This record gives sequence, structure tokens and C-alpha cells, in this order.
Amino acid sequence: MPINYIYSEYEIVRNSDRCINCRACENQCANEAHYFAEGSENTLCDDSKCVNCHRCVSLCPTHALKIIKNGNTYKDNANWSDRTINELYRQASSGGVLLSGMGNPENYPVYFDKLLLNASQVTNPSIDPLREPMETKVSLGSRPGEIERDEKGCIKNNLPPQLSLSMPVMFSAMSYGSISYNAHESLARAAQELGILYNTGEGGLHEDFYKYGGNTIVQIASGRFGVHPQYLSSGAAIEIKMGQGAKPGIGGHLPGTKIVGDVSRTRMIPEGCDAISPAPHHDIYSIEDLRQLVYSLKEVTEYKKPVIVKIAAVHNVSAIASGIARSGADIIAIDGFRGGTGAAPTRIRDNVGIPIELALASVDQRLRDEGIRGNVSVVIGGSVRSSADIVKAVALGADCVYIGTAALLALGCHLCRTCHSGKCNWGIATQMPTLTKRMNPDIGYKRLVNLLTAWKHEIKEMMGGMGINSIESLKGNRLMLRGVGLNEKELEILGIKHAGG
Amino acid sequence: MQQEGQVRIPSGCAISGVLDKTGRRMSGETIIKSISVMHDRSNGLGGGFAAYGIYPEYKDYYAMHIFYNSVQTKRNCEEFLEKHFDIINLSKIPTRKVKEITDEPLIWRYFVAPMPTKLSESQLNEREFVAKCVFRVNTQIEGAYVFSSGKNMGVFKAVGYPEDVGRFYRLEEYEGYCFTAHGRYPTNTPGWWGGAHPFALLDYSVVHNGEISSYDANRRAIEMHGYKCTLLTDTEVITYIVDYLHRKKGLGFDEIASVVAAPFWQTIKSMPPKEREIHEYLRVMFSEQLITGPFSILVGFEGGMMALNDRLKLRSMVVGESGDTVYVASEEAAIRIIQPGLDRIWAPKGGQPVIVCLNGGGE
Repeated sequence: MPINYIYSEYEIVRNSDRCINCRACENQCANEAHYFAEGSENTLCDDSKCVNCHRCVSLCPTHALKIIKNGNTYKDNANWSDRTINELYRQASSGGVLLSGMGNPENYPVYFDKLLLNASQVTNPSIDPLREPMETKVSLGSRPGEIERDEKGCIKNNLPPQLSLSMPVMFSAMSYGSISYNAHESLARAAQELGILYNTGEGGLHEDFYKYGGNTIVQIASGRFGVHPQYLSSGAAIEIKMGQGAKPGIGGHLPGTKIVGDVSRTRMIPEGCDAISPAPHHDIYSIEDLRQLVYSLKEVTEYKKPVIVKIAAVHNVSAIASGIARSGADIIAIDGFRGGTGAAPTRIRDNVGIPIELALASVDQRLRDEGIRGNVSVVIGGSVRSSADIVKAVALGADCVYIGTAALLALGCHLCRTCHSGKCNWGIATQMPTLTKRMNPDIGYKRLVNLLTAWKHEIKEMMGGMGINSIESLKGNRLMLRGVGLNEKELEILGIKHAGG
Repeated sequence: MQQEGQVRIPSGCAISGVLDKTGRRMSGETIIKSISVMHDRSNGLGGGFAAYGIYPEYKDYYAMHIFYNSVQTKRNCEEFLEKHFDIINLSKIPTRKVKEITDEPLIWRYFVAPMPTKLSESQLNEREFVAKCVFRVNTQIEGAYVFSSGKNMGVFKAVGYPEDVGRFYRLEEYEGYCFTAHGRYPTNTPGWWGGAHPFALLDYSVVHNGEISSYDANRRAIEMHGYKCTLLTDTEVITYIVDYLHRKKGLGFDEIASVVAAPFWQTIKSMPPKEREIHEYLRVMFSEQLITGPFSILVGFEGGMMALNDRLKLRSMVVGESGDTVYVASEEAAIRIIQPGLDRIWAPKGGQPVIVCLNGGGE
């Protein structure tokens, strides 16, 4: 008998008047929280196995199930929360590092929720997107300093390669391996239909998906899994992943249990072998090394692909971004501390990095102060949850946003934050064939298209309200933002005024 | 209450402009008459004129028009000017007492040429040197404000109705080949003369009717290129954009129009390949200089004038032609009053520039 029995955080409540013992819940739960004992009259459950993913709740034909937070509690303590105590007990018994999935759930400020948008009144007409053109198209890439003309005086097209997107959104890096084949297919097809891009993450590109190359960003990270010349040339852009918002400063670890079949082939590593990405790139110990990798990749791809450098939002992010902007990168991607992950040490996820809104504001201003903001594009991610977040991010200075968690939610994810278990009941963050088949890419891609189509409408409505009919005119337009409940310092960093001012 | 420059003040307005393509000079009386018809489009809180070809005897010198709020400020500024320029001539700008115009600052005019030693020391070309000096005065010499700095042209502006401002500056005594005028309707009390239009830098001047929604995007982008927006007005940022694109980037005025009032992507898509490529290029290359929201502007420059509406045409603007003279105004009446017999009158479409230049020259 352990001295620190940890009561389950959630409790499965079954309405026995409704339950028909069809055992659907039992079949659906990979965690085996539900069971039907022979000879018993009722389906039973083991709360301790429940991760609160809502698969059973959603599929129960008689709506007999619900999951509630259980009321069991330690003695109230504002300093020692139940969660803190339980985590301590776990570590005391296991000696291990705590692991978590998805983004930082802790109660830090969400600055997007403290920003409010403007609208036109009297002096300037709002524009109705149903009647007038409303442009959301963006181009990402670097720009030359000067224009050039031919002998006849015509402007020569001296632009480096650009990424053209129908709206300022891309699907952020999620590797094949961390998520399933079907999830990847959904993202790729949706990106193609929407005229945007998705990102392979550090897992290589499955041979079936080369056909979506025009809508694919291929990533190269510290483990270099799945990287070869054809891979680099097959996408629309190459992303060097230096860091990730969910776990700045550390690498990645895909357990051997997920390295099966095609995942192993695509990553170019043996089956069952853990895929460990080192914390740093071992050929990049400083900024001058980064420059060499950027140009190595450009050489391999004959300067036809823009290179993105992705970093986590950390304390001196603006100085780092400035260095990257001068290192040949065409696009800088910044990932905030709320960004998701398949697995991260809990303490890292919950305590390292800074909010993306502040990182974005300071990077954008720093690059402007140095006069180089126009040379590169800036993409941000790390919990962009809605079209309003996108509009606010663009007004703060982003060219485009990455969405990861939001896309997974559209695919069925219920944010149970146990991706690291590999037993995703929704068929997303798993490689178990019985589970992956639950995610139908024909439906999945359509739901992603629906989500972003809806967001695009909303973005247009908000822009029209502000009297802006092109997204370029929203970019960095901080007068369109006001803060609520922010202190002077926060307003200064965000470069905005307080509401009413 | 905050002064102009500390707070952004949106305003509605009236604009008018006239240019004789033969270069024949006309009296300033004409433009006063035109703008006065649109009295109700302004509210007495700002009016002004830009006049081109008015200083033929000093055409090789930069004409600096400067407001001072005190004699001490004037002394400080003149000390700066003497250090950086050869001052060929200086005088008070002649004015007459008009009861509607009050609280005037000291208003002085200097014809100057950059000091050769200073110029070569700076490693800048002449125009950039002059522009930098203008910014120095306007941002660093408290109470001094250079509101006109071009060659053979001048800006005259004040707080008041434009017709009163014209009489105040005795504009009828000037003769030029091109005039533009502005009557301002700010939604707040600026009470400062520098905030009136036209806004000018070197020989570029802008009068503007509208309130642009892209303001802060444009401002933050242009400030990267060495400009400092001290007034927080649309006109100021538009002038800097024109200066940046024309003088620094070498774009023609037709290309500038394709940047600031860019054709919609759907229009670009249907263009012939070569044209499409250029327009796509301009939109990507100069995306931060796109201006959205309502505007009608008249850009004056050496040897010409450009009239341009925002791409949705959210502000009225008509153009008239009679012989070699071209007229532009917010309202047709403002043209008819000075030229009843027009050969042609039309309302240009949104985003379609009307660029008129002196015969055999311009730009």
C-alpha cells in the first residue's frame, strides 16, 4: 500500500438509467478506463486510467457518460496546490522527470485577451467585405534593398523566392511520428485546398505526400531525421528549427514505440529505436554557424527556396531575431511559451520562455529600430486560438501566424494533454493502427478547411470594420490596438496605448 | 489638452489644384477663388497653399519657409542654418493683417544653398543633405518648424479658412505655373500652424482629403528609413512615402500610384503577363507603403502634379481640362468657378492617377 495514493483527477460519471451496456466506451478507450466484467450487470470504470479525452463521452450512443473534476482535495493551501503535491509524490516514488503533452496550461497572462481592436466611426467608412474586395493574401520572404531596372528602364524582378499565402496562417510543425499518417494527410490536403502551407516537423516527408510539396515546409532540426537532398527540394520552403516554444533549450524525444513501419523509413532510422534530437544543433554553437547552415541549404536548393529559422520566444528574443535577420534567413518564426508539443518535461513547458505577444512586439520593434524589419518576414506561433488572435498578432507586427493546437482541435483533439502516452483515442498523436484509423482524412481535411474559411471571413469582417481592405495595411498597425488592464511597462513593450487613451 | 504631434488628429477636408502645362504663370488669386467655394468643407482650423514656379529669380536655391515661436528660437535656428548653408537672402514672409487670422508665429523665408564643405563632409547628395537638415530643425530646435524646403516653390499655411489664409499671405502677389490648396476640417482642435496642409519636404508637397486606415503601418514602416513623423498626420506620412519612393527608390509617379493605391490582386491577376509581374513585384516589394482608407491627394512636385484617389474611391475628386490647363478639386464647383468653359471634366476611378507635367519636362 503506497503511502501516497493519488486520487484520480477526474471521475467518470455513468448514468445507469441511460447506459445500455453496449460497450462502445470500452472499445473506444485505449487507456482501458472502461470495462465490462463477465457476470456483472453494469459497465464499470477505473477513474485512475481516465485522461479526460472525451472519446467515450462523444461516442456514447445514449449520452450516458460525463467526466467531472473529482471533489477529492487536500487541505486548502494557496502555496501547495493539489497538483504540486501530487507531482511531488509521483517524483518521490518514481525518481523521474515529469512529462506533459500540449501547451503550457498554467495561469499566466494571455495578452491577446487584453488587447482590443478598433473600428471606424464617422470620419472614415468601414468597408463591407461582402460588397468590396478584402485582401488577405500575404507574401513571405526576404526583399532586396534596391530595385533594379533593365536598359529600357523597366523594373527587373529581383525578388528572392517568396511564399504566397491566401491568408496569414500556416499549420505549424508537427512531425509524422508524433502525429499519425492520417493527421498529416489532413493537414497537407487542407493546406493545398486553402492555398497555405503545412510543416513536416522533424520527421521527414512520407513519400505519399511529396505531391503536396508546393504547400509543404520541410523542417530540418537537430536530429536531422529524414533529411536528404530530394526532401529539401520537394517543399516550398525549408525551416531550420532552433527551438520550440513548449520546450526552449531542449531537444526532442520520440519514443521507439512510435518508430514503426513507415515512420521509421521516413525518418531513416531503425524501427523501435528512440528518435532523440539533441538540445542544440551540434553544428550550430553560434550565430555565424547558423549562417553557414542557412547558406548550405540555399546552395543545395539553388536559392529557389526561402529559409525559415524558427526559435522559441526567450528572454533576449529580439537580439537573437536581429542576428537571424542578418544571417541570410528569409523568414523568422517565433514560437511562444504556450506552444504545443507531443511531449515535453513539465517543468520546462510550464516555466521556460515568454509570452508570444510580448516577444513579437519587441522583435518587430527591434528590427524596425535597426531598419531591417523590411528585409525579413516574421511568423509567430504559440497559441493562436482564433481569428481575433490573428488580427491582433498582425497588428502587433506579424506577417503570418502558425497554428498547431488549433488545427489539432479541428481534427478532433480534446486537449487531454497526454500525447506523450502514444495512446491518443482520437487517432491523432498515435501510431497504433487501431487508433489511427479513427481519424478519417477525408473528414479531417474538410474540418480544417472549414475552420480557416470561417476564420478568413472573420478576419475580413474585422479588417473591414477598421476600414482596412488589405492585410498589408494592418501589419504593424498598432494604433488599431488598445490594451485593457495592462500596466505602463506592458503597454510600452507592446507599443500600444491603453483603452480610452 | 494635447497639441498636434502629441496626438493623432483625423480630419476631413477640401482640396483644389491647377496647373498650366505650358508653364505660363498665373496669379495666386485663381486658387483662392477655387478653394473658397468649398468653404463648408473646412472648419477654420487649417488652410494652405503650395505654389510652384514662384521664385524664378532664386530657382537654384532652396526656399526655406520657417515658423518660429520666439525671437530666441529664430536665433538658434539661424545659427544652425548659417553653419550648414550659404544664406543668399532672408526676409519675413510678407503678410497682411486679416482679422480671421490670429496668433501668428514669426514667419521667415531663407534662400539657401548647402555649404560645400559641410555637404562633402556629410557624404550625402545635396537633396538628402537638405532633407536631413530640415528634420534636424524640426525635431531638435524647439519652437522652429521648416514647413517648406523646395526650390522655386513655396508652401503658405495657417490656422484659418483657406481663403483667409490666402489673403493673409498675399498669395495674389505670387505667380506660379501650379498651385494646390487645402481647407481642413479636423475633428479636434489642433491650434497649430504646422499642422495645416500642404505638408512638404523638398519640392514634394501633398494636400490630402481623407483619413487613412493604414496610418500606423505606414508610419512605422517609413520611420525605418530615416523619417521622423512629428505631426502624426496622414499628410505628413504620405509626403514621406512619396519622397521615399520617388527620390530614394527612383519610382516614377505612375509606379508610386501603383504602390500607394495598388490594384487589387484580382485585377492584377487579369493583367497581361509583363504588367502583372511588375504589379506583383511592386505590391510585394513595397507592401508597407500601400495606403488604405479614404483619401484624395494632390502631390505637387517640380514640373508637375499628381492627383490620386484611394482604390475604392472613398473621397470625391474631379479633374477638368481647358486647353493647356488642368484643374483638380474635391468638388466640380471649385473648378467651374475659375473655368466655366471646360473641354473635359471627369471623375478618375479609384487608384487611377492623373499625372500632369509641364510640356517637355517634369519629374
